[in-house]
Amino acid sequence: MARKLPRKDVVIVGLGWTGSILAHELTDAGLDVVAIERGPWRDTATDFNLAYAPDELRYAVRKDLFLQPAQEAMTMRNNVSQTALPMRDYGSFLPGTGVGGAGTHWNGHTWRFFPSDFVLKTHLTERYGAERISDLQIQDWGVTYDEMESAFDRFEYLCGISGKAGNLNGAIQQGGNPFEGPRKRDYPLPPMQMTYAPTLFAEAARSKGLHPFPTPSANLSGPYVNPLGIAMGQCTACGFCERFGCANYSKSSAHTTVLPVLMRKSNFEARTECEVLKINLSADGKTATGVTYVDVNGEAFEQPADLVLLNAYGLFNVRLMLLSGIGKPYDPSSGEGVVGRNYCYQTNAGTQVFFEGKHMNPFIAAGALGQTVDDYNGDAFDHGPLDFVGGAGLNCIPTNGRPIQYRPVPPGTPRWGAAWKKATKQYYNNTLTFSSQGSSYATRGNYLDLDPTYKDRFGRPLLRVTFDFPDNDVRMSNWISDRMQEIANALGGKQSVVAKLRKGWNSVPYQSTHNTGGAIMGTDPKTSAVNRHLQSWDVPNVFVIGASAFPQNAGKNPTGPVGALAFWAADAIRNHYLKNPGKLVEA
Amino acid sequence: MKTAALLAGLAASAIFATQGFASDLFDRINAGRYQAILADCAACHTKPGGKPFAGGAPLQTPFGALVPSNITPDPETGIGSWTYEDFRSAVKTGIGKDGKRLYPAMPYPAYASMKDSDVADLWAYFQKVEPVSNRVVSNQLPFPFSIRLSMLGWNWLNFSPREFRPDPNKTAEWNRGAYLVNGAGHCGTCHTPKSLTGADKGDEALRGGNLQSWYAPNITSDTHKGIGSWSIDDVVAYLKTGANRFEIASGPMAEAVSHSTSLWDDADLKAVATYLKDVKGDGAAVPAPLAANDPALSAGKAIYLDRCSACHVSTGQGQASLFPTLAKAPVVNSSDPTSLIRVVLEGSQAAGTTAKPTTPAMPSFGWNLSDSDVANVLTYVRNSWGNAAPPVTAGQVKDLRATLAR
Repeated sequence: MARKLPRKDVVIVGLGWTGSILAHELTDAGLDVVAIERGPWRDTATDFNLAYAPDELRYAVRKDLFLQPAQEAMTMRNNVSQTALPMRDYGSFLPGTGVGGAGTHWNGHTWRFFPSDFVLKTHLTERYGAERISDLQIQDWGVTYDEMESAFDRFEYLCGISGKAGNLNGAIQQGGNPFEGPRKRDYPLPPMQMTYAPTLFAEAARSKGLHPFPTPSANLSGPYVNPLGIAMGQCTACGFCERFGCANYSKSSAHTTVLPVLMRKSNFEARTECEVLKINLSADGKTATGVTYVDVNGEAFEQPADLVLLNAYGLFNVRLMLLSGIGKPYDPSSGEGVVGRNYCYQTNAGTQVFFEGKHMNPFIAAGALGQTVDDYNGDAFDHGPLDFVGGAGLNCIPTNGRPIQYRPVPPGTPRWGAAWKKATKQYYNNTLTFSSQGSSYATRGNYLDLDPTYKDRFGRPLLRVTFDFPDNDVRMSNWISDRMQEIANALGGKQSVVAKLRKGWNSVPYQSTHNTGGAIMGTDPKTSAVNRHLQSWDVPNVFVIGASAFPQNAGKNPTGPVGALAFWAADAIRNHYLKNPGKLVEA
Repeated sequence: MKTAALLAGLAASAIFATQGFASDLFDRINAGRYQAILADCAACHTKPGGKPFAGGAPLQTPFGALVPSNITPDPETGIGSWTYEDFRSAVKTGIGKDGKRLYPAMPYPAYASMKDSDVADLWAYFQKVEPVSNRVVSNQLPFPFSIRLSMLGWNWLNFSPREFRPDPNKTAEWNRGAYLVNGAGHCGTCHTPKSLTGADKGDEALRGGNLQSWYAPNITSDTHKGIGSWSIDDVVAYLKTGANRFEIASGPMAEAVSHSTSLWDDADLKAVATYLKDVKGDGAAVPAPLAANDPALSAGKAIYLDRCSACHVSTGQGQASLFPTLAKAPVVNSSDPTSLIRVVLEGSQAAGTTAKPTTPAMPSFGWNLSDSDVANVLTYVRNSWGNAAPPVTAGQVKDLRATLAR
């Protein structure tokens, strides 16, 4: 029997990027907020101690900061004809846990999606006709880029993003991304000082008529004090970003941008190592009454609240909705239902170019220090003569030269022994890597639901992921690989290897932790789980915030739009919901 | 009518006499609340996370432990049965109710210079805080220090109570600063060197003191060891926000900033800065730094570049609001390296204030730097980029490590 606690105005499930932003915004609005986080408390001083933060074995190999399957596993399969099996170890993607969430150990690529991405169905239908996308389940977001512009801006200024505007109020800017949507002002900080490999990549891309630009980075190019008054430092390019917490206060995360102010507030409380089991609903199922959670001692508590915000990792937002009976579960056979609908991922391929006599110095690196080409991303190019929609960003972002895992060798090199040692020595400083990060568009058969067989330690069904790369996305990625080959040829080098994506998503090797969809936003309650303000259509005092809201994924990292959606939802709650609690959009 | 009024007046003054200056007037209570902030009463008398003023965490003195008393108006365990005169006497002379002698961990030698009217305001405020029943056994000193009467002798040797007298040759602002620094602010309690009996060395005021295994640096106008190179605005920013363009408060000063100086009026902070800028240092010549080829320096430089330069940068400049400047920093050039050794061994977190909420921290290196590593890296820091100070020895590090482990 759960012990019932005193009521709060707001309960937030998950204290990562979006949970911290919503908590800050709603405590500013005077509400009494509690955040419940199943992972541990973490802060820079204690947990990302400079003396051991760059421990590759502990953090990158043994994955110290990540969710362990013993706490929550998932089952996975490629299609409905297969039986999903539980993962014993996370591989293809690595969900975070703990205060700061996945924003703790990210690389820091901070994008805005293109304006056309937000109205993708309308845009592609108008440009190419409905038939071109008939095998896909593409949808509009229900919100436009222009509406989101100030939310993007606020997230970028919260973080101190380092970059170069490519489009200021419609005027294309030399050196920035000419394909991006118009922004009202430039990034808060200039781009980082560029390293050698991305410089070579940019020269090669320019020689092919492309438009490289510095990747917008949450690794800071200089000292910064954000609008909350929190100071951040200049990135030292140590090359320990992805899978690590930043010891230098120079990678934006909830720890370095929000929590120092949030934790000083008397109307905020964080409860860590407390796992929410479900959102409790009123008898008619139309109102959330709070959440039930279990603390580290196994004791269960009921936390009543007027407003419940799901700010967990996108996949877990979806699972909690399914476990709590919020919204109709998606059924791929009928295409009906909304929770679990339009699960998407990322469609990636890599390129390696091997040189002789270069000094790439890969150890001088940061998670988002590099160059990007967006000429082939989204609908920045004409798909008229092509057999696919979507595209990819081409990124030369050498994130690290770490001793255990960075050992590039050309194909055919023995996997061990003297020849391998000789090759790793030769190519450590002579390899240039770049990759395509492709869009992932929804299909009827890719979805999330509750597994019928496997359960967690509380007896709750695990989340089941049913996913394969859609044929459209495979064609897109392979076409993009041909473009990568052209750049590789322009780079020269002794040898180049361009990967080509194949059908058959493999859940074991690491690919990307950009899982999107499952609780998507939209304007029609028949095809979206939340409205354009991220409010549940079915239980209006529940908001679901995160990449779970993306109707499909673009060829870009999702954190920028996730952060912007947090401000977007906060505005809806502060300016509209609190004044008149109830449905913000009538279906 | 006239007689009645007169009688009422007499009755009122009788109450006045027995109750002291306690008052229900808002401005008195509010002024007293500010005096409590100036004097940072909560620093000692409130336990971290505990009820305000209901007794503090034990203070470790060179003579043994003292537990700060309950100063809420609880009649049994606090000061609820005290009169104003008992209170005034305790604050200004160290003699509490019924003649009980306080130990000078209670900084009555400094408070002695407070004006009676300020102490009366403080009394008015303490009448209004929430009474909390919490019995505190303050005196946990070993024999013979446990004999409170020994303080009679201490006072005879070390204490000559004297209310503050302004210097007519100085500005009102300077005098206000002097009053705050030497009175309620009791800066010298930490920053003035102590004699063998634990009393301030009066002729070395504010030239740096060692207390509870921290070294509170020289805050005179000395440009090498003190804050002579700080502008008045730098001093104000440091006290108001916990950081200025050079330095970030840490250790006990972080607490003093968080609980006290960040809440002071700007005019008072400016007065303090004006006064401190006029306090003379020892006038000693700046020593020459160790030779760059000294083996300790080359060993220390390697450690510095590996472990320290990511934040403090290779030129010791640090980064504003985040990582303190080490070049020409008073605490770095102090003759006593205790605080430097301590923050390397234990790490330290900066003060958090509304203006500077970041609270960046120095990580602990005690677990993976040896005594000689710590000594060498600090010797390097103390003799680079314009710094010059005696080398740190491995023995000093070993001793402090042992002390901190206790």
